[in-house]
Amino acid sequence: MKKEITLKINGEEFTKEVEPRTLLVHFIREDIGMTGTHIGCDTSSCGACTILIDGKSAKSCTILAVQAAGKEITTVEGIATTEGVHPIQEGFKENHGLHCGFCTPGMMLRAIELLEKNPDPTEEEIRWGISGNLCRCTGYNNIVKSIIYAGAKLRGDELPSTEPVFVE
Amino acid sequence: MIQCKTSKEISGMGHSMKRKEDDRFIHGKGNYTDDVKLPGTLYMDIVRSPYAYAKIKNIDSSEALKIPGVLAVITGKDLEQYNLHWMPTLMSDTQMVLPVDTVMYQAQEVAAIIATEKYIARDAREAVRVEYEVMKPVVDPFKALDADAPILRTDKPDKKDNHIWHWEVGQKEETEKIFQEAEVTVKEQMHIPRIHVASIETCGCVASYDKVDNHLTMYMTTQAPHAIRTVFALVAGHVGLTEEKIRVISPDIGGGFGGKVPVYPGYVIAIAASFLIGKPVKWIEDRSENLQADSFARDYHITAELAGTKDGKILATRMKVLADHGYTDASANPSKFPTGMFSIGTGSYDYPNAFMEADAVYTNKPPGGVAYRCSFRVTEAVHAIERITDRFALEIGKDPAALRFQNFIKKEQFPYHSPTGWEYDSGDYEAGLKLAMKGIDYDNLRIEQAEKRKKGELMGIGLSTFTEIVGAGPSKDFDILGIKMFDSAEIRVHPTGKAIARFGTKSQGQGHETTYAQIIAEELGIPAKDIQIEEGDTDTAPYGLGTYASRSTPTAGAAAVMAARKLRDKAKKIAAYLLEVSEDDLEWEPGKFSVKGAPEKSKTIQEIVFASYTNHPQGMEAGFEATHYYDPPNLTFPSGAYICVVDIDPDTFEIKVRRFVAIDDAGHIINPMIAQGQVHGGLTQGIAPAMYEELIYDDDGNILNGTLMDYLVPTAVESPSWETGHTVTPSPHHPIGAKGIGESPTVGAPPAIANAIVDALKPYGITHLDIPITPYKIFKALKEKGVLDKNIVES
Ligand code: FES
Ligand code: FES
Repeated sequence: MKKEITLKINGEEFTKEVEPRTLLVHFIREDIGMTGTHIGCDTSSCGACTILIDGKSAKSCTILAVQAAGKEITTVEGIATTEGVHPIQEGFKENHGLHCGFCTPGMMLRAIELLEKNPDPTEEEIRWGISGNLCRCTGYNNIVKSIIYAGAKLRGDELPSTEPVFVE
Repeated sequence: MIQCKTSKEISGMGHSMKRKEDDRFIHGKGNYTDDVKLPGTLYMDIVRSPYAYAKIKNIDSSEALKIPGVLAVITGKDLEQYNLHWMPTLMSDTQMVLPVDTVMYQAQEVAAIIATEKYIARDAREAVRVEYEVMKPVVDPFKALDADAPILRTDKPDKKDNHIWHWEVGQKEETEKIFQEAEVTVKEQMHIPRIHVASIETCGCVASYDKVDNHLTMYMTTQAPHAIRTVFALVAGHVGLTEEKIRVISPDIGGGFGGKVPVYPGYVIAIAASFLIGKPVKWIEDRSENLQADSFARDYHITAELAGTKDGKILATRMKVLADHGYTDASANPSKFPTGMFSIGTGSYDYPNAFMEADAVYTNKPPGGVAYRCSFRVTEAVHAIERITDRFALEIGKDPAALRFQNFIKKEQFPYHSPTGWEYDSGDYEAGLKLAMKGIDYDNLRIEQAEKRKKGELMGIGLSTFTEIVGAGPSKDFDILGIKMFDSAEIRVHPTGKAIARFGTKSQGQGHETTYAQIIAEELGIPAKDIQIEEGDTDTAPYGLGTYASRSTPTAGAAAVMAARKLRDKAKKIAAYLLEVSEDDLEWEPGKFSVKGAPEKSKTIQEIVFASYTNHPQGMEAGFEATHYYDPPNLTFPSGAYICVVDIDPDTFEIKVRRFVAIDDAGHIINPMIAQGQVHGGLTQGIAPAMYEELIYDDDGNILNGTLMDYLVPTAVESPSWETGHTVTPSPHHPIGAKGIGESPTVGAPPAIANAIVDALKPYGITHLDIPITPYKIFKALKEKGVLDKNIVES
């Protein structure tokens, strides 16, 4: 039996009928058709599906669509503003924080919440903060760098260099 | 410092240009296979075997077919009618698409459901009843050759045992003699564990067959779209699906690492279903299916030996491999190399003699043996040589760095002929190790370690100074299913001076859209930002063998250079015509030709291109396009010097990688930022098998850690902060002196970490530990040595 739900995704309101067992990530990808939120596992381990629900990061493969009724959801498609990219997007591009890009939407959304709670995190805090999100490509160095950069940008501080640093 | 010949505006080689592909990814606009939506798509799910070895007595689909929305349950018997139930592997073995009567490993495909919705397909999967007669599997590869072991491949009438092949290389007798007479010999038995690439995107496809046009479009997660098209045509040609009727499109790929080279049964079943039903069929596997059924990597049992003198001169190495291939040899090696490039196992050292042999066996495990971020079994060879080198240093009481300096192939010895038949192109191993030692402050670390040892603290320093062998490969030796391993580039420059270039390779995150553009920018002076790169569509891109084994830059990158140089030759002719001088009077600087001695008389590349469409010399072909198929004259031999420091907690044996310095030599670097990113990623994939990852099977062939909950892919917390650098020794035979970088770190990191951990435990008589080295393994080893506090109780 389907159930009608209404929720906001990236500021736009949607009303849809869903089967109660539909996972939120499938709802977003299949019913709404926004495919920026990815699926990387079946055990809530990888974080590729991370979105924001009322500003809090959540793994959308672990939540039913019906549980999100009445909530405000942000996906990767909703973080850029009319003025341009979100600082976290800029951070990832400028610091080579992505390779294949599959983990990137989830990583960025997780990082947005992290920086909201802790605007000037240490490297250690960032590493623990994103430890629910797996990346198989980057080795994380540049993801950490991207988040530090975005933090500085959000605080209005001087931006750190984006040049790669080598052992000379 | 890397010197650039072009301006930042042009951004040729050596510029850390930001990646062109990133804009779509950071906006969630990547287009991965699961994002492909076609009208009327059906969904496929797969029933898998709970047993490692069993006869299928009956498959009852009746309940499943009653579920509204379920269109079909496809079994091996159905495929048998079309002779599609078996397919060839890349190693000319055979693999079941769906079994007719026997399952050979746990999680093997047994039947496929086709339904109108994903969730309905999953419901139906649960409703299919399969009756099995369970048999005792062969799990331990060492027992596979026992006289009483059941013969697994009963489908092969002549097969009388579970042996697949034997391979050997080197100087058997000389090596034996040296071992008999040597002052010092050392020997260790090692296992390079069965692991999984675990790219964050799993595998999948959308097979879309058009009955009217008899045409198949196959969107799929493949690193080698052209080769895959040929394989499909070979498998399905007899039912009318010939190669011109097949279009393979590899959209954005969420990480490949070798795991997306093979043809998995799911792809073929999806094609068969689409072919029979006439609608698009989507199949996207779950992570657990991916870990449990898709190709594994490694799983080599190696006995490594080294003979040398008391003062440290190495004389010979001997290696004997037992390779566990699962139930079929579905490796992805070049045809003539069943053990891939394992024969690079003499590494960076000047060995007069070596002998290596390998035997492969069938077991009841998933097939595979993919080149996981490694140029075909190089990781296995490098681990063996780097570990046994350290073992030798330990035996004779010499510092492992000093021992390496003593035995390195010297810079002046290149091109160097190895005892296993390779011609190393170039290298400067001393320079790399010196830089790594300086970077990590090696001498002071040894002093610190000595202090700590006095206090009973566990600190270890590990080295790995490896040589890779990549860029397969020269057509005289290298092919896959008979297709030579060249690769290709096609460049088209439009009248307004902007370009599109297409390649036979396929990026999975390596950044080809940026680096290939930079290569062309370097050669033609057209800004990299003005060059669009396309790969992955067999209808539009020139034929090539794809991206794996660090071959893109050595082969397709070289093809881009050669195609661009053809265009520069043409540009020169046009410039001479436009400037009314002879070609000899012209000189090139990136972006323009000018008249020698009269630099104000010049034509930019954009003006020249425009003229090629609007005002080209009579008799010359119009337009500005070139294609090149590059057949490399040799492989390339990147190298690296890695040093790692670990601290081990004396109570919990938790291992902490304190620092890790990686110095790579990949020849000339196209984009230092991207090259460094590749090294970071590979290093994390190196620490993974060294400390965390291994696919574990019990005696009944059950996989014990087939999900991401228990298969430990490192997070940002396990992954140290990597420190990287480079030396530059160009490849003399590659047109831009590049060697390939993506895989060195995965290859070089595990032995550095293992060597560091064993070094930390040296005072307690431990000479070797198999990776992944966990706190529990350390605990057990120390306990066996009787050095543990009596009141530490085994939990
Ligand atoms: S898909 Fe992996 S955590 Fe949600
Ligand atoms: S960039 Fe590929 S998984 Fe993170």
